[in-house]
Amino acid sequence: MLTLATGNKAVAAAVKEARPLVIAAYPITPQTEIVEQIAEYVAAGELSSQYIPVESEHSAMAACIGASVTGGRTFTATSSHGLLYMHEMVHWAAGARLPIVMANVNRSVGPGWNVWAEHTDAFSQRDTGWLQVFVSTVQEAYDATLMAFKIAEHEGVLLPVMVNLDGFTLSHIMQSLETVEIGDFLPPMHLPHAIDVEQPCAYGPLTGPADYFKFRWDIERSMRDAPGVIAEVEREFGERFGRRYGPTEDYRCEDADILVIALGTLGKEAEVAVDLLRAEGVKAGSMRLRWFRPFPDLDLRGRDVVVIDRDYSFGFGGVLAHSIRSKTGVEPFSVIAGLGGQEVTYDDIADFVRMHTPGTEYWFGVNGHV
Amino acid sequence: MYEIRIHSRGGQGGVTAARLLALAASRDGKYATACPFYGAERRGAPVVSFVRIDEEPIRVYSQIRRPDLVVVLDASIMDVVDVLQGLKSDGLVLVNSTHAWNGNRHAGRHVDLTGIALSLDLVVAGSPIVNTPMLGAIAKMGIVSLDSVRDAIAETFADDRNVNAAEAAYRELVV
Repeated sequence: MLTLATGNKAVAAAVKEARPLVIAAYPITPQTEIVEQIAEYVAAGELSSQYIPVESEHSAMAACIGASVTGGRTFTATSSHGLLYMHEMVHWAAGARLPIVMANVNRSVGPGWNVWAEHTDAFSQRDTGWLQVFVSTVQEAYDATLMAFKIAEHEGVLLPVMVNLDGFTLSHIMQSLETVEIGDFLPPMHLPHAIDVEQPCAYGPLTGPADYFKFRWDIERSMRDAPGVIAEVEREFGERFGRRYGPTEDYRCEDADILVIALGTLGKEAEVAVDLLRAEGVKAGSMRLRWFRPFPDLDLRGRDVVVIDRDYSFGFGGVLAHSIRSKTGVEPFSVIAGLGGQEVTYDDIADFVRMHTPGTEYWFGVNGHV
Repeated sequence: MYEIRIHSRGGQGGVTAARLLALAASRDGKYATACPFYGAERRGAPVVSFVRIDEEPIRVYSQIRRPDLVVVLDASIMDVVDVLQGLKSDGLVLVNSTHAWNGNRHAGRHVDLTGIALSLDLVVAGSPIVNTPMLGAIAKMGIVSLDSVRDAIAETFADDRNVNAAEAAYRELVV
C-alpha cells in the first residue's frame, strides 16, 4: 500500500509487520513517535505484541534481553542519551547472541542540550557487537527495519541490529512509503540457545578466560559472515518487493575521479551535489555508506575521497574518515559537518569537493584553526 | 522541483498544512516531502515548514532557501520575519488576509482563510483553522488538484467542514 509517512512512522509500520513478541521502550525525542505509534497499534488490537512501558532505557534493553532469551522476537527504539543510558545492556544483548532489533534515531549528545541529528550516539556503541545500518529515506527506514529482523535472526548471525535514522531530518519528515505484506520472507524466530521457561535451570554462570575468549571469537566470526547474510537477505528482499539495497548506495561512481562518502540523509543530499559538480565538469560520485558494522570492503583505489563525518572522536578525528583510511589505505579529505543538526546543503557538499585536500581535516562553519 | 515555504505561528497548524499538501501532491502521483523545521517553538512564535514536490524522488533534506511559493498563514508575521527572503524572482506569495497585499515586485495573492474558518465555525480551542482552507487556495493556484486536496483532508480529518473550507477558499481565491 502506498501512503505518506514520517521516518518514525515507517519504522513503527515495519515493526507492526514483523510482529514482535515483546516491545519494551521508553520515550525520548526524536524517537518518541515510533513507540507512541506502536503503543497505538497494540492498544487498537492491530498488533498482539506485549508492550512494556519501562521506567528507563536500561530497563527497556534488559526487558528485550529477557524476552529474547526465551526465543521471542523483540524490538525497542531509542536515541542519544537513552542509548547511552542502556549502554551496559547493549553490550549484553550482543554478548548473549540475542537478535534484538533497535531503531536509533540519531541525535547529538549534550551538553549543550540539543535534540538534532548527529551520529555520535550510534558510534559510541560501535564496539558492542551490534550490526549497524544507516538509512536515508522514509522507505529505506521501513525496508531496513524489516530486513533487520531477518538478518539478526539468521542462524549465521544471531546478533542484534541497530537501524539508524537521522533525528528530525528523517524521523520527522514525510515522504512516500510503500508498505508490504511480509509473508514468509520473515519466518518465525528460532533461537537455538533459547531457554525453556517450563524447565528452570541456572543460566549465565561465571565464564573462565578460555571459554570467554571463544565466545568473543565467535561474535567476530559471525560478524565476518554477516556481509554474506546481509547480501542474501537484501537480494531476496529486492526480488520479492522490488527495492534493492547493498552495503553502499553508489551514485555516478563508475567513472568518478572523486567520491563523497557520507551516512544517512547527508549521503542522499550528496547526490544533488554530485549533479552540480558534474555540470561543472567535475567527475564526482556519491558513495553513501549503509552498513557501518560490519564495515564493508570498499575498493577506492585511484580515487580522491571526501568523507563527511557527522561525529567526532575527540583527540583523534572523524570516525568515518579514519575508518575509511584504515580499511582502504586511501587518505581522505575529512570534513566534520552537521554536528547538532547543523544545516548542510548540497551547495555546501559541492564546496567540500572543490576544497578537497587529502590528509587534512575541515570543520565546516569553524574558521581558522584546522 | 517546486518548493514551498509556509510561515505560520506555533499552534496554527503550519506543520499539518505541509503534511497535507505533500499528501495531496502524492495523491496527484508526484513525489513530495514535508519537512517541518523543528526549533525551540512555542505557541504563537513564528515557525516555518517546507514542502517539495517533484516528478522525481526528492533527495534534498536541507531547508528551502529559494522557494517558488511562500505561504503566510498569519499576516502579522510579516512585521517580524522577512517572508520574501530567497523567493525566486518569478516566485509567488499567498497571504491569509482580507485585503490585497502588494508584494513589492512579487506576485501576491490573498484570500481570507480566517474568515472562511469563522464562517464555517471551524474553530478549535479558540483558534480558527486556516491550514485546511489553505490547501484549497493552493489547489486554485494549480500546484495540486482539488480532488487530491479533498482526499488528503478527508483521510486526515473526520470533520467535513475542513473539506468545505478548502472548497470555499478554492472558490474565493482570485488567480
